[in-house]
Amino acid sequence: MANIHSRILDRELKKGSAELLILSLVEARPRHGYDISKLIETRSDGALSFHVASLYPLLYRLEKRGWIAGRWVEKAGQRRRRYYKLTKDGRKMLATQRSTWQSFVAAINQITGLDNV
Amino acid sequence: MSEWKHEIERRLEDLELEPARKADIIDELTQHLNDRYAELLASGATEHTARLAALAELGESGLLRHELREAGESPKHEPIVWGAGNSAGNVLGDLRQDLSYGLRMLLKQPLFTGVAVLALALGIGGNTAIFSLVNAILLRQLPFRQPEQLVWVSARRAEPGKFQFTLPDFLDFRDQNQGLAGISAFANWSANLTDRGDPERLHGLRISANVFQLLGVEAAAGRTLLPADDTPGLQRVVVLSHGLWQRRFGADPLLVGKTLTLNGDSYTVVGVLPQQFSFPIREAELAIPLAPDADPWRGVRTSVNFLRALARVKPGVTREQAEGDLTAVAQRLRQQFPAANAQKLGVTLSPLHEEVVSNFRLVLWVLLGAVGVVLLITCVNLANLALARATARQREMAIRTALGATRWRLVRQLATESLLLAGLGGAAGLLLASYGIDLLLALSPAALPRAAEVGVDMRVLGFTLALSLLSGVIFGLAPAWQATRVNLNDELKQSGRGAGGARQSRARGLLVVSEIAISLVLLVGAGLLVRSFARLQSVDPGFDAGNVLAIRLSLPKAQYPDRQAATSFYDKLRPRLESLPGVETVGVVSALPLSGVSASIPFTIDGRAAAPDEALRADYRLVSSGYFRALRIPLLAGREFNEHDTAQAGSVVVISQNLAQRYWPNGNPVGAHLRIDDNDQGPRLVEIVGVVGDVRHIGLDGEPFPHIYLHMHQTHEDAVVWLTSNQYWLLRTAVDPLTLSTEARREIQAVDRAVPASSIRTMEQYLAASVAVQRFNLWLLTVFAGAALVLAGTGLYGVISHGVAQRGREIGIRMALGAQARDVSKLVIGQGMKLTLGGVALGLATALGLTRLMGALLFGVSATDPLTFLSTALLLTFVALLACWIPARRALKIDPMVALRED
Repeated sequence: MANIHSRILDRELKKGSAELLILSLVEARPRHGYDISKLIETRSDGALSFHVASLYPLLYRLEKRGWIAGRWVEKAGQRRRRYYKLTKDGRKMLATQRSTWQSFVAAINQITGLDNV
Repeated sequence: MSEWKHEIERRLEDLELEPARKADIIDELTQHLNDRYAELLASGATEHTARLAALAELGESGLLRHELREAGESPKHEPIVWGAGNSAGNVLGDLRQDLSYGLRMLLKQPLFTGVAVLALALGIGGNTAIFSLVNAILLRQLPFRQPEQLVWVSARRAEPGKFQFTLPDFLDFRDQNQGLAGISAFANWSANLTDRGDPERLHGLRISANVFQLLGVEAAAGRTLLPADDTPGLQRVVVLSHGLWQRRFGADPLLVGKTLTLNGDSYTVVGVLPQQFSFPIREAELAIPLAPDADPWRGVRTSVNFLRALARVKPGVTREQAEGDLTAVAQRLRQQFPAANAQKLGVTLSPLHEEVVSNFRLVLWVLLGAVGVVLLITCVNLANLALARATARQREMAIRTALGATRWRLVRQLATESLLLAGLGGAAGLLLASYGIDLLLALSPAALPRAAEVGVDMRVLGFTLALSLLSGVIFGLAPAWQATRVNLNDELKQSGRGAGGARQSRARGLLVVSEIAISLVLLVGAGLLVRSFARLQSVDPGFDAGNVLAIRLSLPKAQYPDRQAATSFYDKLRPRLESLPGVETVGVVSALPLSGVSASIPFTIDGRAAAPDEALRADYRLVSSGYFRALRIPLLAGREFNEHDTAQAGSVVVISQNLAQRYWPNGNPVGAHLRIDDNDQGPRLVEIVGVVGDVRHIGLDGEPFPHIYLHMHQTHEDAVVWLTSNQYWLLRTAVDPLTLSTEARREIQAVDRAVPASSIRTMEQYLAASVAVQRFNLWLLTVFAGAALVLAGTGLYGVISHGVAQRGREIGIRMALGAQARDVSKLVIGQGMKLTLGGVALGLATALGLTRLMGALLFGVSATDPLTFLSTALLLTFVALLACWIPARRALKIDPMVALRED
């Protein structure tokens, strides 16, 4: 039971933070899906990873909300890829989510005493 | 790698994605797996491991589908296909579709929509307005505390009617009853207001001071009368109606606590009554305490029966029990005072609400029924109109059926359109009703009770809503059902002209028959009222009302305490009025015919022994010598009063023809003597000097009462208040009587500034007011019947001209084959007349059954008056003929060649 619980928690946490992760990763420049998934994996030292089945629907969702915009790009000698870039609305959302996340983490830390460890 | 592609395709299978979107997703995900596979190979994995690892990226088999759906990639919407049959799962969505589609359909036909909404608005508005009267007057309880306990108290005698009480009787009922929580009596009390502006005659009441507690009425300002105000010897107090406070005192908030001079005495205003409150006597505008213990008639058993009473029955006691208890008191009094109370058999209690509204109950229901019928006919017309549209829309329905719409779905769509129309009509109707109510109240007779309470409340709103829905169902459902009985093959092959022609025109024919029948019922009802009113107008009131001005005066008791003073006022004023240019005769009477004021006295015939149970009673009027001439009441025998009939001369009376005929059927009453009981000392002897014609004093629809007229100079000192508190001066003029009102008023002021003229009207106005209720009924019912006639005619016209348009080809062929104009007219008009005669027959039969219900509203006409039935049927047939004649003329103009070339 405990195992199932922690798995569900894990998934929800991931979902909640995934939007923030993706928006952050496309902030500097447009990226394609594979690029995004590699960056999440390497920057978290493998602690976080997304299935294709989760990542792309999430990208579509963000695109629908107008926070990112996808565009097919064909480069010489390569197959065409879909690049996602941050929109104006997405930039605002990213700022909001960042500050929310910071307060959230700070609050959790204060309660759990992790700050003092 | 094509393997990924197939796998991803498989996993997207259940999602209803647009093909282009699906291809994009597959493309993007395949690319991802390709990248992953290449990377794994580059890092040294075997092909097999790399393939498995890449596939593992897709996760569990249902995950992608689930996540995409969550992300909103596969919306549950269904394509908008009109006519698609739906499961019950999406009722709201359907409703929204139906509404927006319905609205579009209505906007596409602005003429139809406009006409329908307007017709419905008039129909529903009329119904709402009349219902708001019914609601406020009949349905809503009286605005008092526990109104069901309130009763009207009246004395019962051998003859039918409701009788009043003497003061001692009332006090005995008040003190001896067991079943009442309280009883209040009241009497007319008019006052001359002589300060704060021009003198004015005000109508008011003397009323038991407990009455406001009994009813549960609070003052709007200050206080009401309180039981203690009845105590004799206290400061004089008065409460004012809201209307008087506003009208005369400009709603002065500081008036409470100030004094008014009424009949020469100073009264303190203690309070103002609420706006909604109306006195038991409608025209009353103020009230003072009855103060029975200070009344000189306190102990006089034989005094006048001048008090009316209302009471509250104790909780737990029924009205019948309380009535029995009071009757027991009455019977004790009858034994105790056999002479004075011989006639007073018992007491009747009737519900107060019934008493207030009973005169208007029938007429209001009849009017509501009539206006309801008008709406029904409107609905029938709209149903016909909608049927005609339905014919045009049959192709649309057929296409939708072909696309899979169920019949129920189509019926619902059409019903939504109808309800939308009805809703718009209802909303507009409510708006119209708010004006209609004002108009109704402005036209309503003054006697209409509870007029101040009429308005739109929740019940009226509910009624309007229900009526709108019902209208929508009535005119929408049948056409909807008709329109959807579609034969697919026929319809789709046809080019727009309806196929179900025969069935449709049968349905429309039936509707026309029914609306002709209904409007005939209404026409007959209105016709009966017209005949009644004509009969009523032709009744001889017994006097000539033309060119007579009537001025109501009242002499303040303080300055005119006795006969001498009253007579001298008359002697001063009469020559002044007689000398006004245009005045022919001047007369005075204590109670004007048709004014609602009356008095009666017991009498006996001198020299004849009265039967023990026979109590002779006659109406009693004090008149001046010019009275009969001023009203042109004919002298039939003997002489009129003259200047020799003074206080010192022997007392003489003039009697009415019916009194003479009843007691001197074969002889001449002139010279005979009566003993009239018009004073507190006992009957006095008077001589009959003349006989005059009968006068209908109460109303044109009532039988004239026997009358005794006494010369005003011979008024008994005890009865002088009858003369001073109310006297009507009548001026017969050679010019328009109203042009003399200013001069007459000036002459009155010249004689005594403290005597106000409270109302100056012509006798013709009194006559008109006496039939105001009948006029109101007649006016409304005639308007409704006229509307029904026009609507029925329009409906018939619509059906016939639609038929002509549909049969244009047939008519063309007939004409090509040699049919003459006459034949074509016969064909068209014959069709209309068949419907009309069916409707007339049905209507006459229905009217025979229904008009009996309005018998009480009729005068001098039977509810089944053949002349009325015949003439209204002819009128309706004539209008129907006209309605058919126009399309018949159009049929004649059909060019056979054009008609044949169509299609």
